[in-house]
Amino acid sequence: MAYKRNIDRLPIIPAGAKEHNVACHYCIVGCGYKAYTWPLKTQGSTDSNWIGADLSQQQGAETEAWYAPSMYNVVKQNGKDVHLVIKPDVNCVVNSGLGSIRGARMAENRKSDVTGTQQQRLTDPMVWRYGTWQPTSWDDALDLVARVTARVIDKDNEDDLFVSMFDHGGSAGGYENTWGTGKLYFESMKVRHCRIHNRPAYNSEVHSSRDMGVDELNYNYADYEVTDTIFLVGTNPMECQTNLFLNHMAKGMQNGAKVVISDPRRTVTVDASEQYAGAENVLHLAIKPGSDVALHNTLFTYIADQGWVDADFIAKSTFQGDVAVPADSAHPASLGSFEAARVACKMSLADGAAATGLTEAQIIQAAEWIAKPKEDGSRRKCVTGYEKGIIWGNDNYRAIGSLLNIALATGNVGREGGGCCRLGGHQEGYYRPSDAHVGRPAPYIDDLLIAGRGKVHHIWANDHYKTTLNASQFKRVYNRRSQMVKDAMDAAAGRSREELVDAIVSAVNAGGIFSVCVDIIHSQIGQAAHVILPAAESGEMNLTSMNGERRLRLTEKYMDPPGSARPDCLIAAGIAQNLERVLREEGRNDYADQFKGYDWKTEEDAFMDGYHQGNPEVTYDRLRAMGNDGVLEPVVGYADGKLIGTNRLYEDGVFTRHGREDGKALFCMGEWRGWQAAGKAQQQANHRFFINNGRANMNWQNWFLDQGNEFVMDRFPVPFIQINPEDMAELGIKAGDMVEVYNDMGATQALAYPEPTAKRNETFMVFGAPNGAQGNIVNAGVNELILPNYKATWANIRKISDATPASAAVSYKSWEVEL
Amino acid sequence: MKCNRLVDVGRRQFLRGGVLGAAGAAAATVLPAGQAQAQTAKAMLDYPSSKLANISDLKVNEPMDIGYPDADSPGILLKLGTPVEGGVGPDGDIVAYSVLCPHKGYIMSYAASDKTLNCPGHFSRFDCEKGGQQIWGHATQNLPQFTLRVDDKGDIYAEGADELIYGRLSNVLA
Repeated sequence: MAYKRNIDRLPIIPAGAKEHNVACHYCIVGCGYKAYTWPLKTQGSTDSNWIGADLSQQQGAETEAWYAPSMYNVVKQNGKDVHLVIKPDVNCVVNSGLGSIRGARMAENRKSDVTGTQQQRLTDPMVWRYGTWQPTSWDDALDLVARVTARVIDKDNEDDLFVSMFDHGGSAGGYENTWGTGKLYFESMKVRHCRIHNRPAYNSEVHSSRDMGVDELNYNYADYEVTDTIFLVGTNPMECQTNLFLNHMAKGMQNGAKVVISDPRRTVTVDASEQYAGAENVLHLAIKPGSDVALHNTLFTYIADQGWVDADFIAKSTFQGDVAVPADSAHPASLGSFEAARVACKMSLADGAAATGLTEAQIIQAAEWIAKPKEDGSRRKCVTGYEKGIIWGNDNYRAIGSLLNIALATGNVGREGGGCCRLGGHQEGYYRPSDAHVGRPAPYIDDLLIAGRGKVHHIWANDHYKTTLNASQFKRVYNRRSQMVKDAMDAAAGRSREELVDAIVSAVNAGGIFSVCVDIIHSQIGQAAHVILPAAESGEMNLTSMNGERRLRLTEKYMDPPGSARPDCLIAAGIAQNLERVLREEGRNDYADQFKGYDWKTEEDAFMDGYHQGNPEVTYDRLRAMGNDGVLEPVVGYADGKLIGTNRLYEDGVFTRHGREDGKALFCMGEWRGWQAAGKAQQQANHRFFINNGRANMNWQNWFLDQGNEFVMDRFPVPFIQINPEDMAELGIKAGDMVEVYNDMGATQALAYPEPTAKRNETFMVFGAPNGAQGNIVNAGVNELILPNYKATWANIRKISDATPASAAVSYKSWEVEL
Repeated sequence: MKCNRLVDVGRRQFLRGGVLGAAGAAAATVLPAGQAQAQTAKAMLDYPSSKLANISDLKVNEPMDIGYPDADSPGILLKLGTPVEGGVGPDGDIVAYSVLCPHKGYIMSYAASDKTLNCPGHFSRFDCEKGGQQIWGHATQNLPQFTLRVDDKGDIYAEGADELIYGRLSNVLA
């Protein structure tokens, strides 16, 4: 039977309950929510309540006067138990009261000692001691981290310290925490061996867009509502940016916009677009995996040949000449003028059709919907959204560049109803000192770790074990290297701190690695850690982030962090202060001086030290006053009690993201070249199934909180792999059977879910799951700038078990709505 | 032929207060017999025991519109034709659910083709053969299922619910 909470009534929010602004801490859309808290022994009533509604009556659809059991919990606030309701904000322009299946469980996914939710949250620092992890004080844990770290770093020589650190907003990220970590590793130190939470290097996911002069978040969500065509490439917003789709794209479709979706598989976004726009207004381009550059270049060629371009915009706002930036080791394609790109990218309809598997008619149809002027001669508005399908797909640099070529050629950047933007994963919230010292291409960190490099590893909310490529090998090596240090620590039990540090340093010099894990839960890579430091999340601290239209909001702290958990920025400050102390003790005063400047008592102090310095108009008080609608970055002023933002980038036609003084956008001169990353073509040739992979609606990213949420785990006890039913029959696989997905890199497991719309031999698997890491079978191939290609993976599939009792109980019906 | 436009009509009626008869292909509408009473001192509420229908009234795979625990809470009573966990009656195949989508409260329509309830608002789907499990969608709970009892005359009574019904903070209104 399906999981039921058996909750048939909820405490009513009383009038006068405390109200807090909350931007959802999950996806980049950052839906507005309100958190209400009130004392445990009080409640409202049906006739006296927070909203003044008569709650003795049934409320209608979309009512503000209802909340689900998942939106309720009992949490600690200033040490006391309080009721908590976190419900969607009907007045927020982002979501207009809509909640997603992820965000509307925020309250339930808070740690509660009363209701027992999220007991997996870390509460106290832990160190490896006597053969396991033992709780300890912050002073003790930070002292050990500092003493070991100080032994492997020195002024201008920090290459033995490896750092994996999130760069996102929301969750436990945000401007406060990226600044705290950024100041430590990029200002006090110049750490070069670092990576980001979801990829094996410290790099941009959209280098080409920025090199072409275009920031990847340049529109606002309302542009979807007033456009003529929505062009979605390698993205599935119905599941991954749900309320961007439902509250903005859907309105555009209802206003008459046509929809072009480029994706190898039929997603629920295609289905929902057909519902809203009518199937006749939706064109699904089910391209061969990885053929995006061919599609984009063919569209670009055809559109240019037809003259459906914005000649005035091209003349005024884009580079004139031939090549502006030649291809080199940092630029996987040359960048230059429109005409130069036409020559470089030229691709006929016949060649484009052959490469993509589409018909020429489909490509022409797409080109017409994207660019053909209307009957009265006026230009079509087209907004383009893209995400991991090309970011983590084939030939990242050229795939994004070739797509942006189309938007630039048609004058669809910086205009109402236009924009060419990534749709995003987390919210953003990046404010750090320059990372220029890291270099480009950036070091391939996970490969270096496999090769035995690095002695101390600081990990900030990264879980390589679930979200890296070549993960099977990575885990084998990392387990062995970290176990060497555990063994050394075990052997030093009972000895002094100095002797313990000596033992650890000996082990890392012999090939081991000392692993420090800062996280909100005990992650999978955290099983290898020697020190574990508990962090706070959004809402357990004040936290600022920016959403996918650059909307900056402050999420107000509404509860205490679990136990002694701290905001990451204050943990970073603690590491810096301990390093300074230890270095002084060791007489390394010059180096110690670099670790001054962390006298922060609160996350607001870190915000003021970082983001506020670069954006002096912005303070917590002003953001609080701006509420859940916040302000669109960049903030350009403050007047009449309000922050003044920027509705849309590049409305003046001046492009700046590349730093060129002429302000001209560049076109990408990247011809189609098939599989770019090493080993992909060979893996495809040797295995039957394409293992496409990505996110799913129900669970957030790597399931870190959802793995402790009954509602989610009841639905998908094991990560699913969608397979065509005829393929399943051939392999003797029934719905719910456990299958092994295996190839030359390793193996992983999944629950077989029949999907009639899946093409034969093309599957889709959930990425980043705790009990079935798809990364196990992704090969080590990356692009020239070390962007992983998780998507291009092939493997064989075999049954390893009948459905588990939990898997046997769930529904295997189609996801497509039947109305 | 899509019938979501029809469901849209149902939704507008619901917003005006005309709840019953809006969802699915109604064979009959049954109002609860007992007076609903809210009591807050128990682990779960006291629900009215409401006669919904007699087994002989039901046709396989044709939902009957009901209101439970009161007339303002629309639902369906359904004989699936194959036994399911939690099903009642001699064939173990009779179930009843709320048809208000727990996401935003739209009235859902029944798809006989795959025995699901489907929301016209944002396209969430629930499996009537799996205890109302959300197959795909935006709701943060599975569908409220009504507890059923069948007496020796074949009369079917609803006597409880296992999730909070959309639009009310107490399943039994005060």
